[in-house]
Amino acid sequence: MNCSRRDFIKNTFKTTLASALPLSAFKMLSPAEVKAYTGDSSIRWVFLVDTQKCVGCGLCVKACKHENEIPYAPPITRTWVERYVLMKNGQAHIESPYGGRDGYTDTKIRENEIPPEQIAKGFFVPKLCNQCKKPACVQVCPVGATYQTLDGVVLVDRKWCIGCGYCIMACPYGMRFFHPIHRVAEKCTFCYHRIKQGMKTACVQNCPFGARRIGNLKDPNDPVTKVIMTERVSVLKDEYGTKPQVYYIGLDTNVR
Amino acid sequence: MAVEHIVAQGAEHLVVHGLEWTSKELFTYPNEFIYWSIQIVMYPYMTGLVAGAFVLSSLYHVFGQQDLKTIARFSLVFSLALLPVAMMPLQFHLQQPLRGMNVMFTPHFTSAIAAFGIVFSTYAVIVLSEIWFVYRTFFVDQVQILKGKQGAVDRFKYYLYMLLSLGAFDLSDKAIALDKKAVKILAGIGIPVACFLHGYAGFIFGSVKANALWMSPLMPVIFIMSAVVSGIALCMLTYILIMEFKKWSAIIAKGKGDESVLVIAGAELDVITKTSRYLLGFLVAAISLELLDLIFRGYTAMKSWDILRSVMYGKDFINIFVLQYTLGNLVPFIMLLIPGVTIRRTFFALILVLFGVFMMRWNVVIGGQAFSLSFAGYMHYHMPIIPHNMETYKEGLFGALTVLATPFALLWIINKVTPALEHK
Ligand code: SF4
Ligand code: SF4
Repeated sequence: MNCSRRDFIKNTFKTTLASALPLSAFKMLSPAEVKAYTGDSSIRWVFLVDTQKCVGCGLCVKACKHENEIPYAPPITRTWVERYVLMKNGQAHIESPYGGRDGYTDTKIRENEIPPEQIAKGFFVPKLCNQCKKPACVQVCPVGATYQTLDGVVLVDRKWCIGCGYCIMACPYGMRFFHPIHRVAEKCTFCYHRIKQGMKTACVQNCPFGARRIGNLKDPNDPVTKVIMTERVSVLKDEYGTKPQVYYIGLDTNVR
Repeated sequence: MAVEHIVAQGAEHLVVHGLEWTSKELFTYPNEFIYWSIQIVMYPYMTGLVAGAFVLSSLYHVFGQQDLKTIARFSLVFSLALLPVAMMPLQFHLQQPLRGMNVMFTPHFTSAIAAFGIVFSTYAVIVLSEIWFVYRTFFVDQVQILKGKQGAVDRFKYYLYMLLSLGAFDLSDKAIALDKKAVKILAGIGIPVACFLHGYAGFIFGSVKANALWMSPLMPVIFIMSAVVSGIALCMLTYILIMEFKKWSAIIAKGKGDESVLVIAGAELDVITKTSRYLLGFLVAAISLELLDLIFRGYTAMKSWDILRSVMYGKDFINIFVLQYTLGNLVPFIMLLIPGVTIRRTFFALILVLFGVFMMRWNVVIGGQAFSLSFAGYMHYHMPIIPHNMETYKEGLFGALTVLATPFALLWIINKVTPALEHK
């Protein structure tokens, strides 16, 4: 056998090229590419939280855990309720034990008794995925396993996610976690399986005080859209530029 | 019904990733844990070593730094041994390790990790082909030597070298000159690719806008500099170890005063002193950049500074200022600068340098998760020591040690085929 290196390199190059060309005819579509065409582009799902109405009962958190099969015992959760107690001296006590799923019935915060006469104000803030318009989580997924549907909801493909956790790191709101059974990234989906069939999300359905509402921003007659358009609403952490789509009534500067 | 079923069924092997090794303080969001643990510390550390080792070898091949001649060959082979190990921590870390290949199938290019597979394999091809050109003459020589020999081992070796030579047996002057040229070109392309590979690891962190500590355009550059530092240090360290071993075998065989012992010892000190100059240069660059980053954050004092300061000057003070800057940077810096360097002093200085770079990675990766996204609470990482399931092995001390030990095992094997330290 006598082949010079030049020939060798030439042949290798030719073979590689010859095999690469037909292979490139098959392009693998990531779930993001395939599923981005699902959903209805005449809809943009948005959420409206009225913190003035929330009493911190935690029923929404419970309902979500059951509906979406998130193991009940551990603290991980798709949605949660935070309690803020702000003292007259400016100190802030914030907590959300187990996402507030058991309701806030205790006057203690992290074992500390809070003297009621020194409280300046107190309130509850429900949180859930903001289904951002520019989702940081979708941007960073290396395999396109997390994607946004045409109607604006960000989902995770449990069969394609490699479990790197980059999206968990990238979400400025701390919404994501690893599902302990499926072992892939998990997040609030606005109960996509329900809203697609015309139902409300589990949390909306279970909130006895109407603090949570879901609507379609593209429908000007939707009552949620009307509120967002005509009243003073705000969003959380807009400085990250993800353009969150969960709108709040009655936020406070202390809300994190 | 279905829910109870899942909960009950999952209860006994329910592993909430991060729950076990994270403890929380004050207010953190419910889903926040230390998701990126020891293996993500190992990942930039190992890629850094690969990149650094390669850059060191290229300084000779490209810029003709004659003083690096001996160590260049060695560090090239070492960077090959380190190569597969850069992937290992990622595999250990993935929740779905079997799906790791998905990154190659459907790379999602808006993600900083997506191109890793491509950059990494480009780099692997460069290293492999450079080694091939460097060792081709050696392969062909071996084939000639082993040609007539009988015996299973020799036959095996014969076929192995036959295969490795890829059928290019031409040893004419012209062909050898061509080899040299190819090495030079490959090493030349290799430097930017190695730097890119590692700067890219820095970008993976630096581009996470949600993380106040990570987000910085300086991150990639800082990573490259400290990578080169750690790569050079590791090559020097391993080189010292091997040379000491040779020296001692010579002493045992021939007695202490023998000429060969003196030759080895002299050559060793020479190589080490010369290489340490490059080490110092990169060390200065790395530290300046890190300090710049720190000062800038303090001066601009953005919203996140309050919590960052409490982490850096409070909770992580020992890790950052004592272990990383003082013990890992300042002390070895002085040790190497004081005139009259000895092998022993260099040896300890190098260990400190490697430790310092490791602490830097630790303080970035773990330190970046030491505070809550709410800026109102803290998290602490307790590295699992004794594993009691797969998760605590992979993301614990023993997983990290496995990753650390692999390059040396590989070097030992590779060294059998392509001797990295020919003493001519
Ligand atoms: S809130 Fe977080 S998880 Fe939800 S879409 Fe925005 S970035 Fe993604
Ligand atoms: S954990 Fe899954 S969904 Fe999240 S970035 Fe990694 S692969 Fe994508």
